[in-house]
Amino acid sequence: MSEKQPLLEVRHVSKLFGSVIALSDISARVYPGEVTCILGDNGAGKSTLIKIFAGVHQPTTGEFLLEGEAVTFNSPRDALERGIATVYQDLALIPLMSVWRNFVLGSEPTKGFGPFRRIDIERATRTAKEEMAKMGIDVRDTEQPVGTMSGGERQSVAISRAIYLGAKVLILDEPTAALGVKQSGTVLRYILQARNRDLGVIFITHNPHHAYPVGDHFVVLRRGRIFGDFRKDEITQEKLVYMMAGGEDLEQLQSELETLRENV
Amino acid sequence: MSDERLAEISLLRRILLRPEVGAALGAFAIYLIFALAPNSREIFPTMTGWGRVLDPTATLGIMAVAVALLMIGGEFDLSTGVMTGSTGLLFGFLTSSDCLHVAWLGLGGADGCITFGLDVWSAMLISLLFALAIGFLNGLVVVRTALPSFIVTLGTFFVLRGVNVGVTRLLTDQVRISNFDTASGFQTARLLLNNEFVVAGEQFRTSLFWMVALTLLATWVLLRTRVGGWIFAIGGDFEAARSVGVPAAQVKVGLFMTTAFAGWLVGMMTALRLRSTVASQGVGQEFIFIIAAVIGGCLLTGGDGSAIGAAIGALIFGMTRTGITFAGWETDWLFAFLGIMLLSAVFVNNFVRGQARNLRMAQTRARDIEESQQESAS
Repeated sequence: MSEKQPLLEVRHVSKLFGSVIALSDISARVYPGEVTCILGDNGAGKSTLIKIFAGVHQPTTGEFLLEGEAVTFNSPRDALERGIATVYQDLALIPLMSVWRNFVLGSEPTKGFGPFRRIDIERATRTAKEEMAKMGIDVRDTEQPVGTMSGGERQSVAISRAIYLGAKVLILDEPTAALGVKQSGTVLRYILQARNRDLGVIFITHNPHHAYPVGDHFVVLRRGRIFGDFRKDEITQEKLVYMMAGGEDLEQLQSELETLRENV
Repeated sequence: MSDERLAEISLLRRILLRPEVGAALGAFAIYLIFALAPNSREIFPTMTGWGRVLDPTATLGIMAVAVALLMIGGEFDLSTGVMTGSTGLLFGFLTSSDCLHVAWLGLGGADGCITFGLDVWSAMLISLLFALAIGFLNGLVVVRTALPSFIVTLGTFFVLRGVNVGVTRLLTDQVRISNFDTASGFQTARLLLNNEFVVAGEQFRTSLFWMVALTLLATWVLLRTRVGGWIFAIGGDFEAARSVGVPAAQVKVGLFMTTAFAGWLVGMMTALRLRSTVASQGVGQEFIFIIAAVIGGCLLTGGDGSAIGAAIGALIFGMTRTGITFAGWETDWLFAFLGIMLLSAVFVNNFVRGQARNLRMAQTRARDIEESQQESAS
């Protein structure tokens, strides 16, 4: 797979906010048809990195390549136009609006001309239904307000909308963070669906149990640096969990806490 | 559960979820009250009654529909009432055959007088441009500064209110402008915008056609066009709407220009009808427009509402105002009555829609459980 051209690549990227080093010397590649998991604790630099991918931030130093070509994004809109879609935790859905209206919002299909131009509702609802069905989501009622859906269903609307809008790279920011076990499972299935449709998926999470089963490639960040970069066959789930849990730091903390307990 | 039953429930649910349900129930209740009340029952349910009810309803409805659009978009406009005055006064200055005192500006020759004496159509166009400019400014300030529109348009309201009286006094030495019914085009414009017409021996006003047409147009825009969807979206979540490519700022500015346009239209209707405009015209009306929109199902927080609902809200106001007179009650009670209507409408809306929504949530949850059972079974 690695002889394929990466969809997205960063080379030796650093990001400084004033004198604070948020990211330092990060290199990573995202391939089509693969799930790249970015793992890290709070403050590890995950969100800074995806904001660079999404065009919100520009790297201070380093190169950003899209399909082998060096690019600079000045805004999220630039990134979106080049096929990089980000589904943030707050999802950018309007709770009071129906599924289909949310699905086509901003790019509604229309019919008629001049002052009689109106939304082609039949086509819009059909598109929403079909596109979501391609992801294995069966929406019975596209008139249902998004606000009455479960968290997993909302994720599914946001993800399938991003794919429908022509995303080649799909960035998912902690999509399972606020979900229960069953709904997380549903969202993980959508991630694989997107992968199988040959998208490059970037899956940000701090949960190795969610990352390992779906990921092809794992980038572990810690304090703004790459702490580990593995393909799936190079690492076991146990090792990933251990790294995520804090590795040696955690062992040290454990022994410290043990000592404290005994002294009380 | 068979599919047909599911469809039936969802139809009922869909009706209950419509924002104008509360207003329609309220309108029916008000109608019953005055159709049965001792003194008003002979006249209220007749054509005469309807003629009288629909008179104030028409202009109020035009304003309420525009205000409803803006409120769905998540903003307020407190300068709508006074806008009917500003545009009416400007129209009057431009068309009146009276002397406008401009000696204080060093203009106007020996007698210090100036008379524009424009034809009605040019004057209407100029006042329209003035209104749209104010609406544009309101919108621009709200979008650029992200200040609450309540504060921004409260400022506009006070500025216009002061300017209306100040300028009128300076130009006319009075607080009204009149004598413009001889201007060219006056009769035609009046016929078009706010004239009497007789149906079944009773008087109605042409402004009613405008209200109905604008309500239908607004409803069509809201429910069928892209811009309509964007209005709901920016009211529901401005940032989310923007992030998916909705021209959110432009839509918002457009909505402020829409309320200003409605203010202009009603300003013209009032001036043409009364053949004069007083400097205090429209002051205090802005809250009645908002009340009508809220009774009609607009959320104060934006993101939901209805143009038809707002028109029904205006009808409730029209019925109440006329009904109280017919019933021989003290008209002082009108506002108390309206306040109670407002609160009950909000309660009914919250309750009915809460119920409908709970039902939907329960169905979603039941489906989740059903699916997980199927999964574990297979």
